[in-house]
Amino acid sequence: MFNTYQNIFNQVLVQGNPEWGMDDSGELMKERTLKPFFSRLAGFIGNAQIGPVNANMYGIISCVCFMIWFNIVGFSFLVQVDWSVPELLRQLFWLALEPPGPEYGLSMPPLNDGGAFIIAGMFFLVGCVTWWLRTYQLAQQHKMGKHVAWAFAALLFLILVLGLIRPVLMGSWSEAVPYGIFPHLDWTTAFSIRYGNLYYNPFHCLSIVFLYGSVLLFAMHGGTILAVTRYGGDRELEQIYDRGTATERAALFWRWTMGFNATMEGIHRWAWWFAVLTPITGGIGILLTGTVVDNWFIWAQEHNFAPMYDGSYGYEDYGSYEAFIGKEN
Amino acid sequence: MFPKWFDKWNADNPVNIFGPAIAVGAVGSAIFAAALIVTWGNPAQTSSMQTGPRGTGMSVPEFNVALAKADPDIANFDTADEPWIPEGDEDLAKDIYQNVQVLGDLTEDNFNRVMAAMTQWIAPEEGCAYCHGDADLEDYGNDDLYTKVVSRRMIEMTQAINEEWDGHVNANKEVGVTCYTCHRGEHVPSNIWFRINPVNAKTAGWSANQNRATSLSQSTSLPSDALEKYLLEEETIAVHSLESREAGVPGQDDYASIQDTERTYSLMNYFANSLGVNCVFCHNSRAFYDGGQVTPQWGTASLGILMVQEINNDYLVPLKDTYPANRLGPIYADAPKAACKTCHKGYQQPLQGLNVIENYPELASSEPPEYAEE
Repeated sequence: MFNTYQNIFNQVLVQGNPEWGMDDSGELMKERTLKPFFSRLAGFIGNAQIGPVNANMYGIISCVCFMIWFNIVGFSFLVQVDWSVPELLRQLFWLALEPPGPEYGLSMPPLNDGGAFIIAGMFFLVGCVTWWLRTYQLAQQHKMGKHVAWAFAALLFLILVLGLIRPVLMGSWSEAVPYGIFPHLDWTTAFSIRYGNLYYNPFHCLSIVFLYGSVLLFAMHGGTILAVTRYGGDRELEQIYDRGTATERAALFWRWTMGFNATMEGIHRWAWWFAVLTPITGGIGILLTGTVVDNWFIWAQEHNFAPMYDGSYGYEDYGSYEAFIGKEN
Repeated sequence: MFPKWFDKWNADNPVNIFGPAIAVGAVGSAIFAAALIVTWGNPAQTSSMQTGPRGTGMSVPEFNVALAKADPDIANFDTADEPWIPEGDEDLAKDIYQNVQVLGDLTEDNFNRVMAAMTQWIAPEEGCAYCHGDADLEDYGNDDLYTKVVSRRMIEMTQAINEEWDGHVNANKEVGVTCYTCHRGEHVPSNIWFRINPVNAKTAGWSANQNRATSLSQSTSLPSDALEKYLLEEETIAVHSLESREAGVPGQDDYASIQDTERTYSLMNYFANSLGVNCVFCHNSRAFYDGGQVTPQWGTASLGILMVQEINNDYLVPLKDTYPANRLGPIYADAPKAACKTCHKGYQQPLQGLNVIENYPELASSEPPEYAEE
């Protein structure tokens, strides 16, 4: 019945000897790691082959740090509910490992009053940094560009701003983000409210632009390539150096639509920069908050960025509470 | 399972029924849902009350089904019980009865009228005996029961609210408060509160007063000590810097921290739930702090904060030693306290703006009552 061309959800799962890496025999790494295997489930959404994973030293340090962080947070939750697993599950979204109160400044507080948070946070940040080093090193070993590492570095910048740089500049660990599901959302709201509405922070504006722009570009690019796979468009790299009808059609489609098209190569730079600029601009916005600007709404008014109403609110025309509840005579 | 001829027929006539079945199912469900909405109407229709300038999205929405239903407590309030206009030569309650410390300037008829109303508002089952015990009428002056002592102070509180907090309780029109505004026919009003902080015994400091779904955190993970800090201890609620740049370290130099902000947010959440409104009922959410952009309700609510602080500190907390143990808080044995929801009970105006004071001028002032001439 369905015999039209599709490509993503019905990839043929070819299973043979797993592919080990780029060397003469194709299995130089064979004795150094676990044997890769095939997963039908993974094959539905990507490559069916799982592994080999190149752990390397940074990866091991990173995983150990993340695990320690996870355990400190998890056991803190468990202690807070008197070691009751059902209560842990019931209150999971409410529980948190909170940073110390502002009275401690940048000093080391008692473990049950933010000390555990500082320790957990240290492991979390070391884990993030070593994970970044790992992405850099793996790309180096493949003699690849370092684009993924630099993209992850943009996120690393945001993470460090939130958990390390800004609290230090503010002189208080209490400004750090708690580890908890609802509590970190409370922090987000409180952060915006305390500093006079983050929507008037121009870097927050930029971050939103790049975030939504990333989504738009991803949808446009993904849609374009899927639409021309029937002409070989999914072989993007070949299309970059040997442009075929897939590229011609995709490019003409966008020129018809909006008069302009990105190139087969350049669209990936568009996407990379939009994605990377999202956490960079966001991180700058957070870094400036409380350190340089304490009330973004007032700042925005001083810089002619937020309009003032003319004062004619017209309250008398809004209608009364009595009318709202249907008791108006 | 099926007869052989059916299996054979089935095998000889292979048909893909999934495509048509899905199509028929989808179209059928859509028609069914559309028919339901057309015949029964959208059950979730809302109305909005505008609270700010056009284009700012400032409004309070409410489901129409909720708006169509009046507060059920309104029907139980007797508004027909009009006062007896004194002719000037009657004996007063303080001359007739023993130990009348409040309401003594009432005529006997009005005194008994108010007493009867109070039993309806507070102890409709027990009647007079709830405060006066099983004593004979001659012994009604005794202060044996705590209920009577508390009632006397509550009458003074009611008079003070009507008299001194006119700007809050009569902000829009004459509404006033009586015992019924809080009690609604119950001995102890609903939505009172007690101290429960700290809520997390295994942590200290700020960690210990949040991240628990409690009645005082409105089931959020925000701090549970907001009512205690702001409506009892009168700490500063505002957290904003009023200039674009303000030097300071969080929690020091009057520089509000994220934690202070979460506690204020917790209080504001309580406000909103108590009145059945949202942030933009009082604030323009683009600049919460800005007194130049708030709505008229913000002023009323600000007076309400001061009023609740006075109610708690001058009237309710000092009664602690008067109450028996079962009326005190479950954790700290503290006196029951009031806040927005104790009167409002989820409505913008208590009892949806019903004028409860109209027929009870005796409760409107600590001075001898002034009766409106017919």
